[in-house]
Amino acid sequence: MNAATTGTVTTKIAQFGQLRLDSGATLLQVDCAYETYGQLNADKSNAILVLHAFTGDAHAAGISEDGKPGWWDDMIGPGKAFDTNKYFLICTNVLGGCRGTTGPSSIHPETGQPYAMSFPVITIGDMVRLQKMLIDYLGIPKLLAVAGGSMGGMQALEWAAAYPEMVAGAIPIASTWRHSAQQIAFNEVGRQAIMADLDWADGNYYGKSRPARGLSVARMVGHITYMSDHSMRSKFGRRLREKDAVGFHFGVDFEVESYLRYRGGQFVDRFDANSYLYITKAMDYFDVTQGRGASLATVFENTDTRFLVMSFTSDWLYPTYQSLELVKALRSRNRDVAFVELTSNYGHDAFLVEIDEQCELIKGFLAGTMKGLR
Amino acid sequence: MAFVHSLFGRSDYAIIGELVEPGLKVLDLGCGEAELLGWLVENKNVQARGVELSASKVQKAIARGVSAYQGDIEEALSDYPDGAFDMVILSQTLQETRRPMHVLNDMLRVGKRAIVAFPNFGHWRVRVSHLFSGRAPKTDLFPYDWYDSPNLHYLTVDDFEETAKKEGWIIERRIFLAGAKEVTAFPNLTAEVAVYLFRK
Repeated sequence: MNAATTGTVTTKIAQFGQLRLDSGATLLQVDCAYETYGQLNADKSNAILVLHAFTGDAHAAGISEDGKPGWWDDMIGPGKAFDTNKYFLICTNVLGGCRGTTGPSSIHPETGQPYAMSFPVITIGDMVRLQKMLIDYLGIPKLLAVAGGSMGGMQALEWAAAYPEMVAGAIPIASTWRHSAQQIAFNEVGRQAIMADLDWADGNYYGKSRPARGLSVARMVGHITYMSDHSMRSKFGRRLREKDAVGFHFGVDFEVESYLRYRGGQFVDRFDANSYLYITKAMDYFDVTQGRGASLATVFENTDTRFLVMSFTSDWLYPTYQSLELVKALRSRNRDVAFVELTSNYGHDAFLVEIDEQCELIKGFLAGTMKGLR
Repeated sequence: MAFVHSLFGRSDYAIIGELVEPGLKVLDLGCGEAELLGWLVENKNVQARGVELSASKVQKAIARGVSAYQGDIEEALSDYPDGAFDMVILSQTLQETRRPMHVLNDMLRVGKRAIVAFPNFGHWRVRVSHLFSGRAPKTDLFPYDWYDSPNLHYLTVDDFEETAKKEGWIIERRIFLAGAKEVTAFPNLTAEVAVYLFRK
């Protein structure tokens, strides 16, 4: 692994007058938080849009002003998978988020109050439409690649479907072309946990006590789905937390309980409960064929975009079969697709953990895509 | 006898490298780490795709910049539309496929032409090994014990010629190799590896 970073970075905000949404609603005065790394080359052919997963933000690489490394700092930087000596990287916070881009916790320009549940329901398509406005604003005619894991992969596919002429390469990692019943089910459990918390107060908790218990439970469920039986066994087993015997009470006995509570509690400090509702809904609505044709194959029938699809053996939240459906559809139309199922015990988390495995693949794919542009 | 140069230590690769014309759309079945495809991209500017079962080899192929994917040869072939490629290559893998006729016919469905390279089970050393040991032949070409051989279907030069005739395939080129040399006389006896370029 390479320890070099892109140094201290600042999140910038671009503001747009209005954004038309799939629901038919229009959002006014939309902020889009973004960061960039590396330099855009003279012919503007080296730009890569990196797309974050569910609870990520625009801070993908480098060190923020308050000292935090980016969520994909192991992958983005000089000499890394996304080499900032060669490429110009952009990362935004998604629409509906709570890290600088307009979302339910933002102030409604007309009422002066937070949107809360008056925020319109959004889609992955809406997120991508806002990103497209930012890319236009930055004066980039075509992206060398769009890349992301999990929900980031959904955005990458949406990009390839909505703006094929602007996407030379797409890298969806541990992702899906449509949310499955199981994925929707876990999201619904999370949403119900939040809404069952009295502090949620129909979403009007801003300036008051936040629905910390509900959001924390939602996050605990999420964390279980991001791990694997194997990773939980090896990380916690049945080990007890700071004791030699079970306590015959409902406090923390096991390490795994302690871990989940800790992660749940930590999450409450950095994430907005309403954003959790809106973003999970957007994921659940995601089906890249929606409104685009009879099948996945027809959506990408004439695309010139190259695809690098990756999945992980122990990922049961976004299982390999979902990636394979995409790969087979592309193959049936003789499109350019590379695919590998990487071996990992880390479950869905693997896409953030298995850095070395992905690094060479991404480097080779980007170099090949760059060469194809010339 | 003519000497054949080798590519990555393999004379069949060198022959295939010569047979593939520049700019073609090429599919390599069982592409390994895509050494051959990588070479074809660099030197013949082909549009390359590769299929390989081993994840670690696919990783190296993609790292090389080749669009390879992990999968079973038969399944991958069945996904492609008719005439998707100019050339479909199957090098040293035919004998390991479960349904070789199915694979060959599907190669000719998705490709306008096909190249197959396989070890010749009719080579004299194989015959001698079997004749004198009375056991499953074990030679440099077929180095495996009976229980760990990946080979499922053994074939000879004459077998392939007869199959081609029966199926009505047109053989455009046939090249026979013994080590790094090309052989022409009695190929069914003298060839270690046979390379065929053929079409429907």
